Amino acid sequence: MTMRLPPFDLVTPTTLQEAAGLISDPTASIVGGGTDLFPKMKRRQTTPVTLVSLAEIDALKGIRIDDEGRCVIGAGVTLAELADSPLVPAVVASAADAIASPQIRNTATVGGNLCLDTRCNYIDMPELWREASGHCLKDGGDTCWVAPRSDHCWAISSTDLAPVAIALGGSLRLVAADGERIIDVDDFFQNDGIDYHTKSPGEIVVELLLPAFTGRATYLKHRRRGSIDFPLLGVAAAATFDDAARCTGIRLVVGAVASAPLRAIAAEEFLIGREFTDDVIEEATRLASNPVRPQDNTDTGSRYRKWMTPVFITRALQEIASDDTTNQEEEP
Amino acid sequence: MSAGNHTVVGRRLPRVDALQQTTGQTQFADDLNPPGALVGRQLRSTHAHAAITSIDTVEAAALPGVKAVITGADLPITYGILPVSQDEHALALHRVRHVGEPVAAVAAIDAETAERALALIHVKYEPLTEVVTLDQALDPDRPLIHGEGDGQNVHRTAALEFGDVAEGFAAAGHVREDVYFFGGNTHAALETHAAVASCSPEGKVTLWSATQVPHYVHRALAKVLDIPAGRIRVIATPNGGGFGGKTDPFSHELVAAKLAMITGRPVKFNLSREDVFYAHRGRHPVLMWVKTGFESDGRITAMHFKSFLDGGAFGSYGTASLYYTGALQTSTYRIPNYCFEGMRVFTNKPACGPKRGHGTPQARFAIESQLDKAAADLGIDPVAIRVRNAVEPFSTTVNHLRITSCALNECIDAVVEQSGFHQKHGQLPEGRGVGLALGCYMSGAGLPIYFNKMPQSEVQLKVDRGGGVTVYSGATDIGQGSTSMLATVVAECLGLEPAELTMITADTDLTPVDLGSYSSRVTFMAGNAALEAATKVRTRLVEAVAAKLEAAVEDLEVANGRVGVLGDPESGVSWTEAVVLATAATGPLVESGSYTAPKLAGPYKGAGVGISPAYSYSACVVELEVDADTGMVDVDRVWIAHDIGKALNPLLCEGQVEGGVYMGLGEVLFEEQAFRDGLHRGPSLLDYKIPTSLETPTVHTTLIESDDPEGPYGAKEVGQGPLLPVIPAVANAIHDALGVHIDEVPITPDKIVAAMRDAARGGSGRVGPKGVPDFDFGELIRVEPPEGFVAP
Ligand SMILES: Cc1cc2nc3c(=O)[nH]c(=O)nc-3n(C[C@H](O)[C@H](O)[C@H](O)COP(=O)(O)OP(=O)(O)OC[C@H]3O[C@@H](n4cnc5c(N)ncnc54)[C@H](O)[C@@H]3O)c2cc1C
Repeated sequence: MTMRLPPFDLVTPTTLQEAAGLISDPTASIVGGGTDLFPKMKRRQTTPVTLVSLAEIDALKGIRIDDEGRCVIGAGVTLAELADSPLVPAVVASAADAIASPQIRNTATVGGNLCLDTRCNYIDMPELWREASGHCLKDGGDTCWVAPRSDHCWAISSTDLAPVAIALGGSLRLVAADGERIIDVDDFFQNDGIDYHTKSPGEIVVELLLPAFTGRATYLKHRRRGSIDFPLLGVAAAATFDDAARCTGIRLVVGAVASAPLRAIAAEEFLIGREFTDDVIEEATRLASNPVRPQDNTDTGSRYRKWMTPVFITRALQEIASDDTTNQEEEP
Repeated sequence: MSAGNHTVVGRRLPRVDALQQTTGQTQFADDLNPPGALVGRQLRSTHAHAAITSIDTVEAAALPGVKAVITGADLPITYGILPVSQDEHALALHRVRHVGEPVAAVAAIDAETAERALALIHVKYEPLTEVVTLDQALDPDRPLIHGEGDGQNVHRTAALEFGDVAEGFAAAGHVREDVYFFGGNTHAALETHAAVASCSPEGKVTLWSATQVPHYVHRALAKVLDIPAGRIRVIATPNGGGFGGKTDPFSHELVAAKLAMITGRPVKFNLSREDVFYAHRGRHPVLMWVKTGFESDGRITAMHFKSFLDGGAFGSYGTASLYYTGALQTSTYRIPNYCFEGMRVFTNKPACGPKRGHGTPQARFAIESQLDKAAADLGIDPVAIRVRNAVEPFSTTVNHLRITSCALNECIDAVVEQSGFHQKHGQLPEGRGVGLALGCYMSGAGLPIYFNKMPQSEVQLKVDRGGGVTVYSGATDIGQGSTSMLATVVAECLGLEPAELTMITADTDLTPVDLGSYSSRVTFMAGNAALEAATKVRTRLVEAVAAKLEAAVEDLEVANGRVGVLGDPESGVSWTEAVVLATAATGPLVESGSYTAPKLAGPYKGAGVGISPAYSYSACVVELEVDADTGMVDVDRVWIAHDIGKALNPLLCEGQVEGGVYMGLGEVLFEEQAFRDGLHRGPSLLDYKIPTSLETPTVHTTLIESDDPEGPYGAKEVGQGPLLPVIPAVANAIHDALGVHIDEVPITPDKIVAAMRDAARGGSGRVGPKGVPDFDFGELIRVEPPEGFVAP
């Protein structure tokens, strides 16, 4: 069958208050760039009656450094703008540049990226296919086809910005009709493919706040085609070191292997106070990759993604261990 | 390449339709919106294998805006592209055989109504056991996909021996047996299939369709609609890519016509990308076993090749595909004794068919990979073993293929030298490698798809009194540039410019038959037919002008818009005057030409597949880098040389070569039409990974001109052959880079890492199939080599 958008009403508020009021309607949905939402609507995974566009809200635009030296990124900033911005940490710009394709980056927003729905090759399929396979847990059925004995959904968190934002200790400002709050990006996500974030439907992500950061950071993304694909795996690492090259603080985050970005807490704790020698990196890699259990629900099988996890963790740690932190996508 | 004595041939001209296409004026099938057109939609099966117990269309038909609803019962006559495989229904009747098979269809006033109507059609299925893999197809306890009861789902077998392979193996100093698997893949043409049908009040049906084969669609429509062919007109719209994917008659074409007949209004179908994955007809998955005997200097003494094709739900071109897996081994290398055994099974998946290279890339991958292994065993380099066995011009193969022009050695020399292969092979740092492979392809299948003695291509030429030339040909431009090719051939012959001609193509009412754009036949066959028609016109012009000038015909030339005395451009008359003189002298200036391939088939069943009036040759070197830890392959550069006979338009020829390289790279590194049980693993272009421009390396193309004695101006094919060597060249380069063998296509990163891990643990470092089923191919047909055949 064709992939046409189902009919919907589009409203384009110009203020946050107006938008917050509009999305308190449960049949409404926020749309940023629509690069995640529209394909899902075409596949009839969701059919909102009203779309509330954030495109005309000035409060969501722009990137600035605030009085506390934080980098404040509006949720409406496009990934192309982010990738080009001299104001954001280089690791953020390069992660943004490795998302999807140029056309998509011109439209896709930061807010949409952080709220990106979890993905799975049993759900992100055309309607006919889902009917033929039997609707899965996330699709209104009662079985997760990835792990049929499991009681929850294993769809993958595929946002490339989230692991980086977590590694940098970022937080989000959320606004709802009845007030606003700030939440650590780390706490924004939860490891459940259906309820993958803790935001209530009436909350709008307004900005991403990144504290001033002077350490070394990297994000290594693995995907089949460097031109367009979602991550098979993403490893973000941000660390500070003392004069003796000992680690004074680190956040190590593995993306696209679970329904939320995974902090490698055990590895982080192990690394604090240590110099990143080969042995130390090896042990940290073991600690960080052991708990990672990718499923067979995206490109390439779970076995390969399991194999790749230590490879990319090691490479990320090696990169921040050296002075030369060119943040890059792993290209062949 | 010099243009030689030619004025048009050999020039790098843009396509005659380039401006139309680049300014968006070309009308593809989906651009056609006749007034009052209805939107057609197909309801597709959600079961891989099931009996249809009932279909209730009452509610759908009652929906306001729905003009007609039809099911399999409305089009009960079977069809199929090959006369031996009439096993398809336009809409499934009684049984569905794969997920996505069309079951019912509606015509409605708009897309929303049509889609709502589909949801109101109630189909009851009784699921049957699925048959999805080769092993399942051979399981006698599984149900038959075609027919009742249980049994092996074998569609076709072939077993042929030429010469004496036992003797050949006995004479060999070294014998290798290897097993390979080539995963299936699909065409992924940019344009999805689309068709518009209308029916006049008098009952004449017209179908505009993105098809490569209007003539075969014409025949299928007459059969299934059960009306005389004379009341049907098929117009092939310019195809936004075909690659073999639009070479069968398709359900939506037949259904569009039927719905137009019922409603009296035009009906349009435009398949979605998902639908195209279900329509498929792409590359067969093939499991292969190949045993080859070598003398110590690398000379091949015998080859025994077995192929197992997973055909999907229908016959389609499968019988031909099966024979093609075994047909062109001998036209690439001199094999004195050759045995081919093959079989094709039915499975509950979309039907496979022809894709660029039709049945031969799979075998090419196996044989070229094995040659590198044999060369290593024997301590010879990959170039030497190929040169030693390369087929020679004007020779006959053991399976009776007639080889004419052949510049295989020149192709090898070109790429080996340009790439610095000898300095690189085995000598680059770990992770970097080069690979070489060869290929050979037909310039048109020697026989038509259905038996007949009529020409395979006809062209008509009409010159009006103002001098305008109109060329009428059934040839279908699928993006390969066949219309430009015809214009080039005619313009060269008549001393005109291609852009001056009016081209009328691919319309069964207006143009004479060309069998279609498949098997790389159009340049050779339609080109020769056009040349014959143009030569007749030229002769009449020259005779008329000679009479006026009182000169000898031999002394006249037709060039630069004039007909005059050779070497004296000022002499004679203008083109238009010449046309007036000829028309006055001998009547309407209308001529026709045709092409029929010479009789080439050897004296055995199956000899019709593989014969061709000429073969193209290619050689390819790939240089790449592999990340040993991640298995990610970065193809750095590709050098490819292609024996094209004569490059009628080098610009367009290079485009075809580059397209073939690109497609081959996609097949070897990314693409697989893969299934989980009966379900496609990802019927979208996000999940089915084709390379983008960023994944495409620099390609160095060399066109080698062997000047074929029978090709139009010496030309041979270029549309398919250049794909063939690319796939094994990559496989061989990966081995050169890392020392592991991935005997399975596509070569994805996970397979490379698995092989590296295996090698690190002391294993063989090979990933690939373990063996082939123990299968009885039936009685072996023994064929004597052709008379005078001398073993090399
Ligand atoms: C081919 C393809 C490849 C892709 N590759 C990648 C990739 O490599 N990496 C990657 O991370 N993503 C990828 N994406 C997904 C997507 O394009 C990006 O994540 C993009 O940033 C989403 O932003 P958007 O503005 O388009 O989101 P939208 O589609 O507009 O919204 C996505 C979701 O977020 C919600 N939302 C949007 N903005 C807000 C807000 N301010 N507050 C609250 N909720 C909000 C929407 O309601 C919706 O549920 C890809 C998409 C495609 C089609």
